Parts: sequence; structure tokens; C-alpha cells
Amino acid sequence: MKSEPKTAKTLFRSDAMQRIMAFGALIVLSIGFSLASPYFRTFDNFVGILLATAVNGVLALGVTFVIITGGIDLSVGTVMTFSAVMTGVFVTNMHLPIPIGILGGILAGSTAGLVNGLMISRMKIPPFIATLGMLYATKGLSLVISGLKPIYFNDTPIFREIAMGSVLGRVIPGFEVPNAVLIMFGAAIIANFILARTILGRYTFALGSNEEATRLSGVNVAVWKTAVYLLSGLFAGLAGVLMAARLNSAQPALGAGYELDAIAAVVIGGTSLSGGEGSILGTIIGAFIISTLTNGLRILSVPQEWQMVVTGAIVVLAVFLDILRRRR
Amino acid sequence: MTNLSTVSGKPELLLRMEGIYKSFPGVQALSDVKFDLHYGEVHALVGENGAGKSTLMKILGGIYHKDAGRISLEGKEVEITSPAMAQQLGISIIHQELNLMPHLTVAQNIFIGREPRSKPSFIVNDKATNEQAERLFGMLNLKLDPNTKVADLTVAKQQMVEIAKSLSFNAKILVMDEPTAALTDTEIDELFRIIRQLREKGVGIVHISHRLEELKQISDLVTVMRDGKYIDTLKTGEASIDQIISLMVGRTIFEATPELPENPSQEVVLEVRNLNRGRVLKDVSFDLKKGEILGFAGLVGAGRTEVARAIFGADKYDSGEIYIKGQQVHIKSPGDAVTHGIGYLSEDRKRYGLALGMDVKENVAMAAMKKFLSRIGWVDFKKISVRGDDMVKALNIKTPTLEQKTKFLSGGNQQKVVVGKWLTADTDILIFDEPTRGIDVGAKSEIYKLLNDLVHQGKAIIMISSELPEILRMSHRVVVMCEGRVTGILNAGEATQENIMKFATMRSSVIQPSS
Repeated sequence: MKSEPKTAKTLFRSDAMQRIMAFGALIVLSIGFSLASPYFRTFDNFVGILLATAVNGVLALGVTFVIITGGIDLSVGTVMTFSAVMTGVFVTNMHLPIPIGILGGILAGSTAGLVNGLMISRMKIPPFIATLGMLYATKGLSLVISGLKPIYFNDTPIFREIAMGSVLGRVIPGFEVPNAVLIMFGAAIIANFILARTILGRYTFALGSNEEATRLSGVNVAVWKTAVYLLSGLFAGLAGVLMAARLNSAQPALGAGYELDAIAAVVIGGTSLSGGEGSILGTIIGAFIISTLTNGLRILSVPQEWQMVVTGAIVVLAVFLDILRRRR
Repeated sequence: MTNLSTVSGKPELLLRMEGIYKSFPGVQALSDVKFDLHYGEVHALVGENGAGKSTLMKILGGIYHKDAGRISLEGKEVEITSPAMAQQLGISIIHQELNLMPHLTVAQNIFIGREPRSKPSFIVNDKATNEQAERLFGMLNLKLDPNTKVADLTVAKQQMVEIAKSLSFNAKILVMDEPTAALTDTEIDELFRIIRQLREKGVGIVHISHRLEELKQISDLVTVMRDGKYIDTLKTGEASIDQIISLMVGRTIFEATPELPENPSQEVVLEVRNLNRGRVLKDVSFDLKKGEILGFAGLVGAGRTEVARAIFGADKYDSGEIYIKGQQVHIKSPGDAVTHGIGYLSEDRKRYGLALGMDVKENVAMAAMKKFLSRIGWVDFKKISVRGDDMVKALNIKTPTLEQKTKFLSGGNQQKVVVGKWLTADTDILIFDEPTRGIDVGAKSEIYKLLNDLVHQGKAIIMISSELPEILRMSHRVVVMCEGRVTGILNAGEATQENIMKFATMRSSVIQPSS
């Protein structure tokens, strides 16, 4: 029985409107840069943006879940590197078949996520602190395990194809979109399904909306919270595999800092840090806004340092606009 | 649901609680309390603040464990060890702070933890969830859309969601804690319609409320509790409001003849006119005379602390005027208030009155640091020590040294430190919010003596208190508030426990004192 009138106000404040506005911002940016520079509006550059978004996009998917529960995961960047290193160990050092290596990498990330989840849900350590600890731990582990040197995948050239090859290009000639991009979109579709249609997704929102009420309703909060952080680690693991494939190597010194781009993407995409709401679509749009911005500014010869200043400003602006939208 | 209420024409006993005892550190919350509930009965539970109503219901709901006593449900004795178990037994409690997830939809809230699944089972079936919710709404004729986010609903509708959720657990007992507090009259009518329908179905309903006229409308029986004890149960139809009130307050007060300080002067030091703040304060007006202790009585939520905070600049208010010694003032912050000579001793002195990690002398100096700065701005610790010493002697504060951290002092002495702070800040108008809360009997009389000394010296005091004996003993006049309004201003002569309680539960109309 329908009874709540949908006023203009509720529509304006709704989640759908937020995503429309984010998408609108992306379009405006793209049009702006296209007009500003001919180099921006080429197919190759467009593909370049897609590729640049791939790793961060996958990383941001897992972070979306965590932030919706009202938590935070600072470790995703270094867990990603850790997973890349482990993949390198499995494939190059231990000569295991590539699929096993990939699974191992993802498993490594998931394990880190599991440990995060247990620290947070059982030991009641605040997410900021627990994941900060994991950040340092995995950073160190990456260096220890790799012996401070990059691990190359030269013995297994197929590995690189996972990210940089183009299945799409073989099917549709002229459409040389790297596989990494497809993997990102595929992962996003799965993440969206989990968030919107499964019990894990439902409890992710419930925890972020009112954890105490969820607990009092008989839901095992500890188990589901752990599951969310495990998922974050899993996506970080996948991102690690992807990054290793892109660079054809596992670089133990990289990674720290990626978590900030991931969190920025989630926040720009409309997920609130206080929890209870958010979407995968928003996160993907957020990730594209960041990479479009970075790409466009670079093409316009804006120095890298200034690109970062702009990104920072955009993050704050995005959240502020969202706060305004909600208040009105 | 078939009508479970009668067997051979008389309502069957659904719930019996007897001999319930419950204590918390320092206070015996319940002593030998009993409570009976029948099928299809609306049973009101009333009592002052601290009477034990919420505690009793929390025991029923598995949130607290009783120390002693028996609970029998449908003739069988039960031990209710957790909220989940209470739910399984068919006991549903709807708290004042609703237990809902605002970002989720109505249907999702109702079925959280028991979502209907699709194939494979990790996929939730929203369609089925909505359908089951609709069926639930149909049972009580609730006008709800299962797909609306709870955050977009009014409080009244949110309550309906909680009621629907209870129904979905086949609740036999529904406890509602102050359900009408946030509702409009139309919404209250709708709520009562739903309650009547539930009654038809044989559900036993416990209705906790202080709105006595409402209880006359909807309840069959009313049980009165006082000071953690069971007092009596009356048939609502046969009882008058006055009767109920006198049961709520009737106690032999050990108050000696009120040793009130000499009569205050007629000089008005503070006047408040038409103070308004949203739904919280409505047209509050009163005045305060020099040398007077003005008691503020009322039930929890009456708005007394809100008045204090508005005067003190801690909260903004929508409209109204404040005059100090005849001059209108615009107080925008506590700092302003202090400059105008107003001090506020908050309810929760540990949270708002003291810096527990700092010592006695630092706390005493805190509201008047300007006085303790040397010419170039350094803090003059020697001056602070001298002042701290003065206060300890003047107020008889029991502390081993001035350097003792205040968290180690007893409640009574902590309170004295806070008084010392406001005296150091040269305040003439002091607002005490629950001055003797958490303080043992011996220390209480010291605080009362302190209050008397202060007004002797010409200060003016507003004393907010939920303890009626305290109000009666100490106040020259009593302002009684109910739901944001001043319902009565009584002289010492007119102020009796019954009178105060009558005004404290009166939801409309204002009566001025006769003089």
C-alpha cells in the first residue's frame, strides 16, 4: 500500500540523485578537458584513463563495503602490494601454475583482511588502528619476503597478458581495451551484486546504519563485520594481482598511498563515512573522476604536485556538496 | 491470530512476575515487585522518575537479570537470559529510542536476521520480504509502504514499524515505553486504534507513561510503583487521576519542619519571559529573587535542564527574553553567562562540571582564569593555590591536599569543588541541576547547608531536582514543568507532593500562584 508521498525534496536527497550528480560531474569534467585539449579526446587517451582506473577501481570496491559499515581500511594499499609479492613468490620463485599463483595472491589479501576483521570484531580494536597496524605489517612483510627487490614475471610472459592483453581487441578489431579494464568492470558487477542482493550486502548496510539495533535483532555482528573486512582484503588481493600483471613485476616499495586514492574514490562517489549508505556505481564513478582529473591535468601540463592539490580539493568539495544536498 | 483472551469468559493470566528484586551498585532498584498481565489486557505502569518501571520491563525483556523472583509465562516458569530469548518467548519491547536501522527500508528492518532467501540462499529475496511485510500491515490495517527507508518516516510511522516487527514475532506481550511522547494528537489516535486491535487479538500490552489522562482512555488496569516497590493495582475505570497521583507520591517524608532560610528579598535578579525552543520549551516564564531558592520540579523530559542551558548560553533558543537585574541581556555562550554572573552546576558533574584528571585547585580556578594571570599572561600558580585553599576551608571540602585529582574525591566533595569554581568566578545566580544526585545521605545535608549559606550571602539559586522531598525542603517557591511548559508556580505553602505531581503530569494550562 503506497502511502509516503515522494516530494521533490525526498527525490533530491535520494541516493539515485546523488549518483546522477556524480555522473554529471564526470561528464562535465570530460567535456571540459575535451574542449581544452585535442590530446584528451583521443581513443588512446580514453583507453589510458580506463586502464589507469582499473587497479584503483578494484581496490575501491572492497573499501566501499568497509566504509558503508562505518569503518575504515587503511591497509588496502600495502595489502595489495603484499598480494602482488606473494603472487610473484608463487609464480616466479616457486614455479607454480599461474592460476594457482593468482589464487594464492588473492588468498594472501583475504587473509590480511580476515586478520583485520578479527582484530576489529573480537578484540574491539578501532578500525583505524587495526588497519593502520596491518598497513605497517604488510609493508614490512612485502620487503622481507621479496628481499627488498622486485620480483619479475619474465619467465611467464602470459601473466602480463592478464592485464595488458586484450581479449576484446581480438573479438572486435580496433577495440584494443586492455583486459584489466574488463576485470575491473567484472569485479564491479560482482561487488554490486553482493552489496545489493546478498545477505552480506544487507548486513553491511545494517551494521553501518545502526550496529546496536542489528545486534539486538539477533544478527551475529562479529561474524559479519569480519566478513566485510575479509572482502576488502580479497579485493585488495585481486588489485595486487592486477597491478603485478600491469607492471610485469611485483614492486615491494609501491602500494602505500594507494589506499588514499581508493578512499577518495569511495567518498567522491557518495558513500558517507558515517556509514549506512553507499553504492558500487558511485565508487566507480568516483574512481573515474579521480583518474579523469589526473589525466586531464597532466595533458594540460599541470605539474603533478598541483594535480594532487586539485584532487584534495575535489574530495572535500564532493563531500561538502553532499552534506549540503542532504541538509536541504 | 485467534482471540486468546478468554477461557470461560474471564481473561486468562498471561504473565506473572513476583518477588522481583534487582540492585545496582549503591541502589536497590526493585524490592519485592509483582506484576500480572492477562491476555487482551492493556495494563498501564506508572511511577515517578526512578520508581523502577523501566528496570522491571528491562528484566522482562532480558536486558537485565533479576537478582531474585519468579517470572511465569502462560503458567510456565521461565528464565529470561537475553533479549533474543525474550523475543522467542513472545515478549516485545518498544523502547523510547527506537531500535531501527534508518538507512534500510521498512520491510528490511522488520525481517533483519530472518530475511526470506532466494536460490542460492545467500541471495536475499526482497520481493518476498515486501510481500510478507504487506501481509503484516494488513493484519492491523497499518498504512505503511514496505519500500520506504525508515529515515524518511515520521516518528509515529517508525513506531508502527516496531509494532509490525513485534507482530511478526507473534508477540504475546508488547511493552511500550512512553509511546506517545513524540506524537501528535492524530497520531496518538491512530496508535490507540492499533493498540485496541492488538487487544482484540489477545495480546497483552504494558503501557508505561506519565500521561495520566491518556492512560484513562486506553488502559484497563494501572499499576503504580514507587521507590522500587509495588504499590497497588487499580481498575482504570474506577480510579481517579488524583488517586493515582497520591499513590505515586504518597510517602512519609522524614523532612523535619522545612528549615528554610529567611525570606528572600523582593528584588528580582533574573527574569525569563516567553522562552521558546522548538518542541522542547514553550513560553517558559518565571522570575528569580535575590536570596531565594527557586525549585524546579517535573518529570524527566519536562525541559528543566533545557531551560537552564538556554539561560546559561549552552543552547540556542528560538525566542524569548532574559533580564538580569532589570536589564535585558543576550547571552550567546557560557562565557557570556559567566560574565553576567550566572553559574551552572550540571546534572552530570563528572562529565560537565569537573576536569577529573586535574586537581582541586585547578578546577576551582577554571571558570575565572583571567584572575590568575600575571601581567604578561603567565599563570600565577601561587594565586591559584591561595584561592583553592580559601575554598577548601570555606566549603569544608574533604581532600588530602589541593593537588588531589578530583576524580578521587567523593561525590559530595566533588560537588563542593564545582561550587567553589562558581564562587571564584563571582557568580550571583547559581543554577544547580540535581545537586545531590549520587551523593550519600550524610553529604546531602552538607550540600543543603551550603545552599542555605549561599542564599544568606545574597546569591540567588535555581534548584532543579527530581527528588520531591528535596524540592519541598529547600525551595521558597517551586516552578513545575511538564513537557516544555511551566504548568504551575507554587509558594512554599501550596507546594505539596501531590500538588507538584499534579502539575508535573498536567499537559496543558497554566495556573499562577495566588500571591
